[in-house]
Amino acid sequence: MNAQLQPTGSAYFIAKETQLPESHTLSVLVDNEPGVLARVIGLFSGRGYNIESLTVSETEHEQHLSRITVVTRGTPHVLEQIKHQLERIVPVHRVVDLTVKAQELGHGTPLERELALVKVTGTGDHRVEALRLAEAFRAKVIDANTEHFIFEITGKGSKLDQFIAIMKPLGLVEICRTGVAAMNRGQQGM
Amino acid sequence: MSNGRGQTERREMTGAEMVVQALKDNGVKHLFGYPGGAVLPIYDEIFQQDAVEHILVRHEQGAGHAAEGYARATGKPGVMLVTSGPGATNAVTPLQDALMDSIPLVCITGQVPTALIGSDAFQECDTVGITRPCTKHNWLVKDVNKLSAIIHEAFHVATTGRPGPVVIDIPKDVQFAKGIYTPPQTAPRTSYHPNLQGDMEKIKAAVALMASAKKPIIYSGGGVINAGPEASQLLRELVELTGAPITSTLMGLGAYPASGKSWLGMLGMHGSYEANMAMHDCDVMLCVGARFDDRITGRLDAFSPYSKKIHIDIDPSSLNKNVPVDIPIQGDVGRVLEDMVRLWRATSKTDKKVLYPWWEQIAKWRARDSFAFKGNADVIMPQYAIQRLYELTKDRDTYITTEVGQHQMWAAQHYGIEKPNRWMTSGGLGTMGYGLPAALGVQIAHPDALVIDIAGDASVQMTMQEMSTAVQYEAPIKIFILNNQYMGMVRQWQQLLHGNRLSHSYTEAMPDFVKLAEAYGGHGIRCEKPGDLDAAIQEMISVKKPVLFDCRVANLANCFPMIPSGKAHNEMLLPDEATDEAVANAIDAKGRELV
Repeated sequence: MNAQLQPTGSAYFIAKETQLPESHTLSVLVDNEPGVLARVIGLFSGRGYNIESLTVSETEHEQHLSRITVVTRGTPHVLEQIKHQLERIVPVHRVVDLTVKAQELGHGTPLERELALVKVTGTGDHRVEALRLAEAFRAKVIDANTEHFIFEITGKGSKLDQFIAIMKPLGLVEICRTGVAAMNRGQQGM
Repeated sequence: MSNGRGQTERREMTGAEMVVQALKDNGVKHLFGYPGGAVLPIYDEIFQQDAVEHILVRHEQGAGHAAEGYARATGKPGVMLVTSGPGATNAVTPLQDALMDSIPLVCITGQVPTALIGSDAFQECDTVGITRPCTKHNWLVKDVNKLSAIIHEAFHVATTGRPGPVVIDIPKDVQFAKGIYTPPQTAPRTSYHPNLQGDMEKIKAAVALMASAKKPIIYSGGGVINAGPEASQLLRELVELTGAPITSTLMGLGAYPASGKSWLGMLGMHGSYEANMAMHDCDVMLCVGARFDDRITGRLDAFSPYSKKIHIDIDPSSLNKNVPVDIPIQGDVGRVLEDMVRLWRATSKTDKKVLYPWWEQIAKWRARDSFAFKGNADVIMPQYAIQRLYELTKDRDTYITTEVGQHQMWAAQHYGIEKPNRWMTSGGLGTMGYGLPAALGVQIAHPDALVIDIAGDASVQMTMQEMSTAVQYEAPIKIFILNNQYMGMVRQWQQLLHGNRLSHSYTEAMPDFVKLAEAYGGHGIRCEKPGDLDAAIQEMISVKKPVLFDCRVANLANCFPMIPSGKAHNEMLLPDEATDEAVANAIDAKGRELV
């Protein structure tokens, strides 16, 4: 990213970045047609933007609209560019920077949730401890036999990180995470 | 889409028929292409009609640049048709070229049959995947019933908003399949609706700011050309009303006439001293349809440090991208200029005396005569060659294309372009080999005009094969080659940056361009002496055939003035200062890291 580069003094002059990078969550409403996701992520890789998390699903079946939630990191200037570049993509209907919107609405940050499936194997004390901790984190057991559990846990990314870290010594063997789903508080739609 | 073109009603036809019908319904008169297995059904349809004329090129890249030249010279979309696999990959360079210079280009590619996609079939490639980042949008058509609507939409996307290239990839089975054809409709999809009208409050603020300026400058770009001849007319009116000086990017030449009294010449790396100094010292800058490209701004942290900036652009992502501006106005250049001119007439009565000191300063900069060069009685100086070409062709109906390099910059400096759509060059991508096929495209659009490609000996060999196309279609394009046997601009940078080690920038085996022209069935001219130049140019003009003009110029001439790497607009290297030592030390160690 520009932020890390020093000015090189050339016709390709790269200005010193004075802004600090921030993490923002963008919601992108797109026509659900072949290649649309490739357009969006191709834009990020092609222009050197970061993707920290990506979640996609069709949300309005009748209109064939998908909602892409991207968590990205950049300076406010770069984030503004990302929004405009996304808006140039023909099948993109709307781009909302949820983080900016939340600040405007006085809500701090947007609501963000992630789901993880976590498989833990073990017997004896480890197994009991895993189950006890899972209850404390409000993780659901969705599959089990005498030697394993699969937990389903929902929450902020940081909560999931913490849960996974705790499960590590207790026999963690597999993790699957969805990426962030996000929307803003209040009665207003996107 | 306009009516009265004999549009068809909904009716059943094959995919291949639909392609040709859709081209007709979108007003296409010419397309440039090359056949192959996966487009044979479309070629069969083309064979059976004569409303759309097909120009057979010798390489798909040539088709693309020809279509770009056609588009730039007419304001209409250029259309190309190529086969799958290598046909499509050869189209990538012109697609990216058109993307960077905002040229409306519709590219139809054949594809292997739907059932074979993904099987590594003969001449298969992932065309939509490869062309996704080098098009404004692209489509793979899997259902014949959607084909006509997609083609209409492709024309709409290519030509509206910020224009650009589009690709329609059509598998061979879809070309054979029968379906229902639908005629063009307006507003084909909901997610694409470029905003054209500028924000009136901002336009008012812009007019007020311009009216308050003591040292204003107008800096225009290719967007003015794209917005149509009316936009250029409005720009001229605004220049007249405000009394401000005007400069333009490489892509914007011709929007304001080079003979106009407010003209400062091109700006940027090889722009005029007065244009760059005025950009640096101005107090209000009005940027119209340009994008603050790195060749324009030079050192960003020293770019026009004392000015308030207004930027008009149709693409919101261009605003505040490289340079922060005070008044960004998103909208069609033509419409915003119309509003500005109207508001100016209604509100601002300028006292042009306020600008006198500014014009006096500009006159001092002009007096440096930054495009000057030392004449030579024995050797043709490249600048002199272009000056003579200009003098002998300026009163004709002339269109100029260029390749990329020193000759391109000299052409921009010394060939005065008077009207929009008369100057075709590869600005953003800098594609060597653009000019010859672009000239072909221009000549197809304007058969009676004088179309000249100002070329370099290296560039022109990249797409030389299109001479054959020009001969076939009796397109009398004139290829005016400034032959110095070097890749001049590469060599100039090696002299500036790499201790004069001329690594692979000299062409040791140059073809005999005169014999080459004759081999193609064209006409060859060689000129080696300044005294013979005028007669040779006259001969070139009068020959009704494609001409290769081998103009032997001073081998080691370099292109000045120049903003060296790492320097600001007010640190230009002028020709009279460009001694060997100054050239060798112009760029410091930091500047050498990047070109």
